[in-house]
Amino acid sequence: MTVTTTTSPPPGLVVAPRLPDLMAAPKIRRGAIGFLRNHPTVAIGGALLLVLVIIGVFAPFLFTVDPTAIAPAKRTRLPSADFWFGTDALGRDIYSRVLYGTRVSLTVGLAVALGASLIGLTIGLVAGFVRWADGVLMRCMDGLMSIPPILLAVALMALTRGSVGNVILAITIAEIPRVARLVRGVVLSLREQPYVDGAVASGTRTPMVILRHILPNTTAPMLVQATYICASAMITEAILSFIGAGTPPTIPSWGNIMAEGRALWQVKPYIVFFPAAFLSVTVLAVNLVGDGLRDALDPRMAKSP
Amino acid sequence: MTMPLLQVNDLKKHFPISGGLFGRTKSKVHAVDGVSFEIARGETLSLVGESGCGKSTVGRAILRLFDITAGQIVLDGERIDDLGPHRLREMRRRVQVVFQDPFSSLNPRMRIRDILAEPINNFGLAKSAAERDARIAELMEIVRLPRDAVNRRPHEFSGGQRQRIGIARALAAKPELIVCDEAVSALDVSVKAQIVNLLQDLQREFGLALLFISHDLAIVEHMTHRVAVMYLGKIVEIAPRRQIFASPGHPYTKALLSAVPVPEPGAERTPIILKGDVPSPVNPPKGCRFHTRCPLAFDRCRSEVPELRLKGEDQWVACHLENA
Repeated sequence: MTVTTTTSPPPGLVVAPRLPDLMAAPKIRRGAIGFLRNHPTVAIGGALLLVLVIIGVFAPFLFTVDPTAIAPAKRTRLPSADFWFGTDALGRDIYSRVLYGTRVSLTVGLAVALGASLIGLTIGLVAGFVRWADGVLMRCMDGLMSIPPILLAVALMALTRGSVGNVILAITIAEIPRVARLVRGVVLSLREQPYVDGAVASGTRTPMVILRHILPNTTAPMLVQATYICASAMITEAILSFIGAGTPPTIPSWGNIMAEGRALWQVKPYIVFFPAAFLSVTVLAVNLVGDGLRDALDPRMAKSP
Repeated sequence: MTMPLLQVNDLKKHFPISGGLFGRTKSKVHAVDGVSFEIARGETLSLVGESGCGKSTVGRAILRLFDITAGQIVLDGERIDDLGPHRLREMRRRVQVVFQDPFSSLNPRMRIRDILAEPINNFGLAKSAAERDARIAELMEIVRLPRDAVNRRPHEFSGGQRQRIGIARALAAKPELIVCDEAVSALDVSVKAQIVNLLQDLQREFGLALLFISHDLAIVEHMTHRVAVMYLGKIVEIAPRRQIFASPGHPYTKALLSAVPVPEPGAERTPIILKGDVPSPVNPPKGCRFHTRCPLAFDRCRSEVPELRLKGEDQWVACHLENA
């Protein structure tokens, strides 16, 4: 609130000096643009991700060649005008392979985040609401959690054939317990909220209580958790591919490229460098979005419109 | 004598404390341990006592927010403590609630319109959308909030305004009894007075019965018809307002009343200071529950539980001193 005085005060009346601008209410920006300006980390991370998505989608049109074409005569070339990122031990163009590898990472990250969130949400809601199911479900989740996610994914991959679908499945199973635990915790605290009791007293049936009062208030922490799962899934996929338990070698993924460049690391470090740089930037971008969303969705940080 | 709107008979609520591998019940919190009272139509009964004495649990039991351990809750001649889900919904319409914390009692993601529409829709109180909107506008008028505020969300209102919205939500169901669970405790003094006056006006206008759960005796004296004093899960005294404030019967009531601040500088008062803490409701003392802190306790208090007995006109006191 600002008070402006146009008339001079009557004599003898002391008027408080104008408050410095520091005390002025913060300027509130509305809409999507305003949101991004208020939360620059989301904007930066989002922009980076957008670029990566464009790279993944339009990989064939970005001056790439067939990423699996072997050219023994052009092995291990240094980065140059012809081969922007150089070539690997089989003479394949690393620039093309890295760009196509974006597809695998983004697909795995997104699919795992989505799958683990939805399944974890369901398990968490049931555990939070059905008392007898709580013990059984959460002990199963504890059991899954006691195995390190990468080991679990490796074990699951050992049971099946290497394919992107199986990689997604294996990482999703390993990530579900984290979401389930989070959602259960949120549900248990929301159930104690007076407005939930108020809704029950107003005759709202349980499914509607969940849908109207519980679910909308779990989305914010879920969304933040989903971004972290997305980032961790991308890293897990790269690790699985790196140790040869993930994406099959016929499909270029960042983990594969790094695995193939490992033997030549000391003489041709660029083979590992480029996919690693892309992986780092992607994970950074996702984490930036996650951090920004966590701050933006925290009700204590919220600015009233 | 006409039938009371609400009758609570020997209500008990024990919360199990479970632990160990298979969740065995280790012990129980005796939150409410045999409470009986009645509320007539259009009457205000205040339930007072210190924190943790079980007064909110009584309110929540009447609202059927959980199953009770033992006893009966009778609404208008019908037992409601063992109703099935279908009949329970009909009963829910008749008993509504206003909570203490105006910030957590409204879903932050819902607009006021939707918050008020919820009970109207649930109980089928409007035949058309137009009728519902008219009812919502009427409710806003009743609690003296601007009509056009219905499109806003709770965080855009002050504590007092939110409490009005909470009252409007309770009224939306056209209840006969409203449980006010510390409904004004979280508000500023001036806002408190406004809300109390609003509740009194509404009571007169709609013939509402109020169960006013509070620890603020000054507010209670201002607005109630009768007072029930609770200590550690039991009612120690229940009497009309005038009696209880003029001549409290139970030593605990006396101590409680002596602690009320007098808004007069230099006013003489001798507060009765109770020593020690409230015993744990997990393991309540034998005999009279108050004997560990009572300045007048004698042998009988330590072994025999005192019953509520009539003292004078309509004043019920659970103390061995009263019928020695």
